[in-house]
Amino acid sequence: MGFLATHAKAFFLTELVKGMSVSFKYMFKPTITLNYPYEKGPLSPRFRGEHCLRRYPNGEERCIACKLCEAACPAQAITIEVEPRDDGSRRTTRYDIDMTKCIFCGFCQEACPVDAVVEGPNFEYTTETREELFYDKDKLLSNGERWEVELAARIALDAPYR
Amino acid sequence: MPKLTIDGNEIEVEAGYSVLQACEAAGIEVPRFCYHERLSISGNCRMCLVEMERAPKLIASCSMPVGDGMVIHTKTDKVVEARASVMEFLLINHPLDCPICDQGGECDLQDQAVAYGLGTSRFTEHKRSVQDKGDYGPIVKTEMTRCIHCTRCIRFTHQVTGTAELGGIGRGDHMEVSTYVGKAINSELSGNLVDLCPVGALTSKPFAFSARSWELKPTESIDVFDAVGSNIRIDTRGGEVMRILPRLNEDVNGEWIGDKTRYAMDGLKRQRLDKPYVRRDGKLVPVSWDEAFNTIADKLKGMDGKKIGAIAGDQADCESMIVLKDLMASLGSTNVDCRQDGSKVDAGVRAGYTFNSTIAGIDEADAILLIGTNLRWEAPVVNARIRERYYRGGLKVAVIGEALDLSYPYEHLGTSPGDFKKITGGKDDFSKTLKAAKKPMVIVGAGALARADGADVLGGVRKIAESRGMVKEGWNGFNVLHTAASRVGGLDLGVVPGNNGKDVQGILEGAASGDIEAVYLLGADEIDTAKLDKTFVIYQGSHGDAGAACADVVLPGTAYTEKSGTYVNTEGRVQRGLRAAFPRGEAKEDWAIIRALSDALGKSLPYSSLGDVRNRMSEVNPIFNDYDGLQAAEWSDFGGTGEPSSEALVSPIENYYMTDPISRVSQTMAECTEAFINPEQQKTGTNG
Repeated sequence: MGFLATHAKAFFLTELVKGMSVSFKYMFKPTITLNYPYEKGPLSPRFRGEHCLRRYPNGEERCIACKLCEAACPAQAITIEVEPRDDGSRRTTRYDIDMTKCIFCGFCQEACPVDAVVEGPNFEYTTETREELFYDKDKLLSNGERWEVELAARIALDAPYR
Repeated sequence: MPKLTIDGNEIEVEAGYSVLQACEAAGIEVPRFCYHERLSISGNCRMCLVEMERAPKLIASCSMPVGDGMVIHTKTDKVVEARASVMEFLLINHPLDCPICDQGGECDLQDQAVAYGLGTSRFTEHKRSVQDKGDYGPIVKTEMTRCIHCTRCIRFTHQVTGTAELGGIGRGDHMEVSTYVGKAINSELSGNLVDLCPVGALTSKPFAFSARSWELKPTESIDVFDAVGSNIRIDTRGGEVMRILPRLNEDVNGEWIGDKTRYAMDGLKRQRLDKPYVRRDGKLVPVSWDEAFNTIADKLKGMDGKKIGAIAGDQADCESMIVLKDLMASLGSTNVDCRQDGSKVDAGVRAGYTFNSTIAGIDEADAILLIGTNLRWEAPVVNARIRERYYRGGLKVAVIGEALDLSYPYEHLGTSPGDFKKITGGKDDFSKTLKAAKKPMVIVGAGALARADGADVLGGVRKIAESRGMVKEGWNGFNVLHTAASRVGGLDLGVVPGNNGKDVQGILEGAASGDIEAVYLLGADEIDTAKLDKTFVIYQGSHGDAGAACADVVLPGTAYTEKSGTYVNTEGRVQRGLRAAFPRGEAKEDWAIIRALSDALGKSLPYSSLGDVRNRMSEVNPIFNDYDGLQAAEWSDFGGTGEPSSEALVSPIENYYMTDPISRVSQTMAECTEAFINPEQQKTGTNG
């Protein structure tokens, strides 16, 4: 570019006008950014977030302590202990997931024969301490109670592809 | 020997083999459920179908004997299809509740369904469900809906234990396995039903839901609850013993183990000694190892060696016994004994205290005389071996002693050593049977030798053996059946009173009269501890039992699962167990405790590792060089020459399920005692 052209561009503020015109154009386009945490993006029914332990509609916990999730877990984040319950059925006395170890691969959910352990849509569970991320059975069951409606809906949506 | 062709390979097998065995010999896997090496053939699961040329249809290979020139195919489409169909039929009524089934992960049906099944089900009708019937006792848990009717359990109770409690009810689709009306499983070998069951119909009650097979780490070890030295596998998870299973050893236990061996291990979690204790003002207070050793050193230093005694218990390993013996020798004491029941066996002649015919020799025996032993309780695996031998036919058994139910018929010749004359006299029928037998055996129980006149009883049995031609070239029919796992090892290592030494009786009486001032108990609990009141008692062991209760210093040792130990079984077979778990709390390995104590006493023993101790064992007795081997012992004079008293011969075991510190605190064994030993016992208000 010649000397003249460069100085003409600078004199007429062409670059600035170009830039402003882009900004001006975007004023008429729909906004892309979300007002997080008040707005959230869409999630696939297969999104793998925080773990939950589900219950049957009658309140009975689904988990039968078969330990398949524990065996499937590649990060060895799951610890289960079992004892016969008073009525003789097989239930866990301890079901821990170490969320700091978990790699969210979803194998536990795949392995579960009764859809008890599922990875829910929740991804907002940051904590202030490390210890809070060592989930125990109570925490997982309460997660399940809190998310049950969405969990059931997600499983129903994904069912045709299983 | 017939030659046959299997999948194009020609193989020669022994006559009498079945096609299935021939396939196994050729290295070809044939799936099966009902066939079991140690049981009769029933041929009802149809899983082992193979194709035989010139046969109109597929044959069940387990029940087809081999013939010369047979041509067998195991991989043709027809066979593959047949296996898949059989599997489909088996799965029709199987609940497929693998996730909650304890067999899951080690289930024959699961494995074979994956390997030979279709992978999908075409069955949409209702599955049948079966109610659990009968009383299977505190050991076997039932879920009969899962049963595939292979009848292994039925055949086991009929053929191996001889108790015959199980049978099939109904036919075809309505068949159910159940106990006979009014019968309950009552056998010392019932735990083996769990191993036998190829599906999850019979599972282990104490182990219920506690672990999965893939979580467990197996360790090979040796059982110490009786003197048979059954080969076991200890399954642990995270350092905790979860279960004990038999390990195949044809020469010792075959494939079975007794219920105590299998289930007493929950006693390892209770009443454990995990810290050293010293008695102060009449109470045992926990102290450090140094304090405990200093207390012992203060007491023993300067004490005359003759005033110190040591008793090794029934479950002591050879390593700790030899170190204890050496420590006593360095203190100048010859008062050492490993025979805490006061047995009068002769430590000088090895043939006089071992099971010379070997346990495998029972398979060849044609006449057996049992003296003063309750085999069913003293060695259930040996009893099952005799029962199996009896079942094959051609075996005659007679008993001098208590007339108990041994699960096979026998002739009862008398109850006391006075009845030995019937045999040596040569007039009795059984005496003639023994004389005519090719391989006659006499088995004398530990109880018969633990009497005041035990040496004379031993001598009397030797006379029987010699007069009936039991000791000959290539066969020695004289057998001692011990009940203590440490006994033969202790005798082999010479853990018996030396010159002018006192035996167990002498030590206890000396302790009562004041001649003995200090006693070292190495896991010895089966003694009269009341006599040790005035004495300084050091107890080293794993459990807080009678010995620890009377001790002045308690040193926490290890149980058999927590140390690598050498044990010599009643045959004289040297076997080694490996460590499966870690010692509890501050407990240490037994030989190391005695070695450390020797430092505190200023008599350091020259052992710095387990290897050193084992070298010392080989030095004392070269048989310890030969692991798992058996050496025929030389026959010579042993036993007393006197006339034994006519007091009746009784077995020392009053309750099979509770014989030692471990099984006495085991919950499962307590449940078994309640179910089998004292079913009628009145319950007090505090029960349940």
